[in-house]
Amino acid sequence: MPQTSRRGLLFGTAAVSAGALLTACTSNEPKKKEPAADTGPAAAADKPGKPVTIGFAGPQADHGWLNAINENAKSRAGKYSEVTLEITEGSNDTAAQIGQVQTLINKKVDVLVILPADGKALTQVGLQAMKAGIPVINLDRIFASPQAYRCWIGGDNYGMGLNAGNYIGEQLKDKKNAKVVELAGLDNLELTKQRSQGFADALKNYPNIERVARQAADFTVESGQAKMAQLLQAQKQFDALWNHDDDQGVGALRAIQQAGRDDFLMVGGAGAKAAMDAIKADNSVLKATVLYPPTMAASAIDLARALGQGKGVGGMSELEIPASITLYSAVVTKDNVDQYLPTGFS
Amino acid sequence: MTQPVSPAQQQDGPAAAPAKTPIQRPARHKLGLRLDVRNLSLLGVLAVLVLVGGITKPDQFLDSSNLQLVLTQASVIGVVTVGMTFVITSGGIDLSVGAIVALASVWATTLATQEYGFAGILFTAVVVGLACGLVNGLLIAYGGMVPFIATLAMLASARGLALQITDGKTQIVTVESVLDLGVPDSYVLGVPPLVWVFALVTVVGWLLLNRTTFGRRTVAVGGNAEAARLAGIDVRRQRLYLYLLSGLCCGIAAFLLIVLSGSGQNTNGNLYELDAIAAAIIGGTLLSGGRGTIVGSVLGVLVFTTITNIFALNNLQSDVQQIAKGAIIVAAVLVQRRTARHGEA
Repeated sequence: MPQTSRRGLLFGTAAVSAGALLTACTSNEPKKKEPAADTGPAAAADKPGKPVTIGFAGPQADHGWLNAINENAKSRAGKYSEVTLEITEGSNDTAAQIGQVQTLINKKVDVLVILPADGKALTQVGLQAMKAGIPVINLDRIFASPQAYRCWIGGDNYGMGLNAGNYIGEQLKDKKNAKVVELAGLDNLELTKQRSQGFADALKNYPNIERVARQAADFTVESGQAKMAQLLQAQKQFDALWNHDDDQGVGALRAIQQAGRDDFLMVGGAGAKAAMDAIKADNSVLKATVLYPPTMAASAIDLARALGQGKGVGGMSELEIPASITLYSAVVTKDNVDQYLPTGFS
Repeated sequence: MTQPVSPAQQQDGPAAAPAKTPIQRPARHKLGLRLDVRNLSLLGVLAVLVLVGGITKPDQFLDSSNLQLVLTQASVIGVVTVGMTFVITSGGIDLSVGAIVALASVWATTLATQEYGFAGILFTAVVVGLACGLVNGLLIAYGGMVPFIATLAMLASARGLALQITDGKTQIVTVESVLDLGVPDSYVLGVPPLVWVFALVTVVGWLLLNRTTFGRRTVAVGGNAEAARLAGIDVRRQRLYLYLLSGLCCGIAAFLLIVLSGSGQNTNGNLYELDAIAAAIIGGTLLSGGRGTIVGSVLGVLVFTTITNIFALNNLQSDVQQIAKGAIIVAAVLVQRRTARHGEA
């Protein structure tokens, strides 16, 4: 078949060269290297103490925030010369994560930091570690039993909603019959309910404000664009928008731009770098974002180190680290964005 | 592979005709517009939806900007569904469409690709789509794998590769010429470019399925692959082409999604496979193969998008939306079956 083979040759060459061209295109390295998510000055009054090995197990970093969690843990551990970090390959599979934690227990690490893919499902392995004499720092997604961890540190979803609501309330307090729209995250998750509840509770303080619409996206850019476009069509005029998540906010901002709207102020959530850049540039409707800080992973490393060395947290008079720490969901605006920009994730 | 190549090619058009299932009625093709009863009943469903939307939210729903919105939101999944319709018509299935859209959209929006500008992004999206389709096609047509399994494997790998490329990060597009296609200034005759592409893909898809040898071969392979082979059709090559076509549609859809969302993310195209299959089936394409309708598929997509639109305009929450959507799918199919049976009688 001479003519097919000539054609085949042609297509073959085309395919190979296209392939060669494409493989060069998977790179995401920026031209100038930016510093990895930095986490402020190395902690607490410290000369290196006795060596500590910290085991870290987290879920698969399949979105920006979780990725930032890993980077924060790594860079923080790197700041202490006496800390060795044993970090596992992230997994969303409960069985796989249990296995990874057990491996860390068998390796006899000094302290464990666990961000469970599913808090309830990993409670048993947390208990197992505690019984084996390895203290556990439970990061963000909480275990079912307080016996399974020595210290819990995490974000405050209710507080995110509360602070977003109060910020919007203050901005609109002199406006009669103000209308507010909410673009929520994935409705299947309890954290979305908590955020919405906090938001609703805050708005109760401002009788002049009414929440006129709420739609749930699913934390993706695509869904943010789609749901926001519908909301803009449904509400021809409103004064403020709270979007639960900055990742879906990229899509929401795109929809707002496509609809040519700028008659309201927008508040984001979580604290992505893109959102902070937009707040700093002050050239879109996005005026603020409430944090769910990934720096909590760096703090967890600090806590683990303190535990391993048998001391308390600097700046507090306690001899021991606390049993539970809920982080504050700060509101980042143009005024303070420079301070938070290094913690922004992409 | 042992068959003579070129003579068979010229002959298998007419030769394929007897292999078609009796449901296919070529006589109707004379009308040009192939609106069979099923399509008419879907149009009825759409009319009812428009009525509901118009009554509940007259100001927002019956508005040209809302029409633009619905059509724009339909365009990405619509293009995917056109490709899916071909695959299903041939008796296959493509579960990897959502993952291919995700992979193509992130590959086309890496910093390295963005340096090549508009052309680089478009080229990468389309070629990645085609390449995934090629792998699917080779595995199914020449590797003898069941389509369900081969495309399921592609779903897993493509999603994994997409995650590996992005590292879970959202890749923001900064190429102005791409972004400009998504904003009102770029609308031609009041119609967004995305919708023009969707319309073009639909028309080409319709012509390809109903007016060409390629389309008749597709129907023949889906109706009875063995009969098609005996009639001189290179069934394996036809299957390869069909998965390539589906991959191409995914690549185009990925580009549209990049324009729409201004970014690439590994979570893109989530569950597109189910949406596309559902739209095609509601439209009247047989899941077992042998019959397919592009017009029906596009109407199916429009029904889904309109439902979502009406729910959002009425501020219904996701739980209610999901329940109602399920009920409406069942109702639409039941109504359609009744009318189809009456129409045939």
